[in-house]
Amino acid sequence: MTDALVFGLIVGALVGLAAGYVGSLMVLKKMALVGDALSHVALPGLALGILFNFNPFLGAFAALFLSAVVTWYLERRTKLSAEALVGILFVFALAIGILITPQVDLLEALFGDVTKTSLIDAVGAVAVSAVVLFLTRRIYPKLVLIMISEELAISVKTRVAWLNLAYLFLVTLVVATGIKVVGTLLVGALVIVPAVAARNISPTLARYSMLSTLLGAVSSCTGVLLSNYSSLPVGPLVVIVGVGIFLATLLASRVHLRWTTSDIRPETPASPR
Amino acid sequence: MSDSHDILLRVTDLSVRLGDQLVLDNVTFQVEKGTTLAILGPNGAGKTTLFRALLNVTPYTGKIDWSETVKIGYVPQRMTVTDVPISVNEFLSLKQKTGSEESLLSVGLDRDVLRRRLSVLSGGEMQRVLISWAILDRPNVLLFDEPTSSVDIGSEELVYEILNKLERELGMTVLLISHDIHVVMHYSDETLALNKSVTYFGESKNLSDPGLLEKIYGSTTILDRHIH
Repeated sequence: MTDALVFGLIVGALVGLAAGYVGSLMVLKKMALVGDALSHVALPGLALGILFNFNPFLGAFAALFLSAVVTWYLERRTKLSAEALVGILFVFALAIGILITPQVDLLEALFGDVTKTSLIDAVGAVAVSAVVLFLTRRIYPKLVLIMISEELAISVKTRVAWLNLAYLFLVTLVVATGIKVVGTLLVGALVIVPAVAARNISPTLARYSMLSTLLGAVSSCTGVLLSNYSSLPVGPLVVIVGVGIFLATLLASRVHLRWTTSDIRPETPASPR
Repeated sequence: MSDSHDILLRVTDLSVRLGDQLVLDNVTFQVEKGTTLAILGPNGAGKTTLFRALLNVTPYTGKIDWSETVKIGYVPQRMTVTDVPISVNEFLSLKQKTGSEESLLSVGLDRDVLRRRLSVLSGGEMQRVLISWAILDRPNVLLFDEPTSSVDIGSEELVYEILNKLERELGMTVLLISHDIHVVMHYSDETLALNKSVTYFGESKNLSDPGLLEKIYGSTTILDRHIH
């Protein structure tokens, strides 16, 4: 096992865990497409990092965080939804990013390459993912309550606006870190697909959040391993594995539904003599 | 509040403006400890807005003085949960990890309900779970927004009996919004009638006066007694 593969697996596992956990909230909040679009906003930040020779992750994070704050602010001050605002930011950022990203680095920026992870990158990604997991765990119950009923949340003195901003901050951290694994075009899938897969077979919140977290790590690590043995790019493989898991859980939920309802049959009336 | 210990809430000249619209205009009233205050009025009178101001959800002008000992439990009008896979036990744990079973028992639900998902509860069950949520951390004031709006007739009496029991056995002070004058007269001590401003504040038993009802609802209204 090469160092690159080991680092790739470690980064993939931790980033997958964090993405799955944060993504479980994103799907419940019906922000799945927001998460996907937001990831494209990172491209100009990445490009500036490459052009001016500083850590592209910092550039990506700055661009993402700025966009998240602008979205949060405009959503509160205007009648526009987060979806509409991120939609505008995404196409604008993608256009700017494609124009200013050096051609030689564009493919890696769009699709990621975790096999080129250095020790420092790996340590940074692991540290950020651990922080995201810890902080998300702290605010998870409050965010769920806000989703179920904002009125109830406020009645128990929950600071709704600040928690939503904190959550957006955690999303930007996960997306910025996930770009290293799957690139800006596909990192939305890293966040969304494990959660949607978990949703199919989770009757309780605890199982849903745990399964989403684990499936994030499983799809990431499996993608990294498949890439290592096939020489195909990591990003698309991670997404294909994730979608495969989603289809499997969808099938499992359908089978379970048929199994539990199969003993309910209408009574056949007796034939007349 | 440093004066009478019996007054839990004093509201003075409360006004709420939402955009260009004046929703509440110079509302003044007070609530004594251990009583039930019903809030009546036609649609759009500002009843729910009043609750939102009392909970500090909506900006307002004027004064709202709660007693220092007040701990509020709030029961919203309705709560629809379809997309979140959450059980009753998990929902109650969002507020407090312990006491879920006792809280459910006190509203007439058994412990089996804890395992059920919120999305499959009937209207009456959901309302009782919401009451259970509200009393979980032993508040001394309950704010109830139309407790039976999403509940069938069979469960209405049950919900009000639970309210009565909470007031009697736990000494709770209850503020409730209701459209039903019979319920208001039967279950509350005092009534605050609103139509953007206060149209009546006094004993609930006076609501049988047709002149008063006309003043509250703005048209000739007759209280038709129906026998159960």
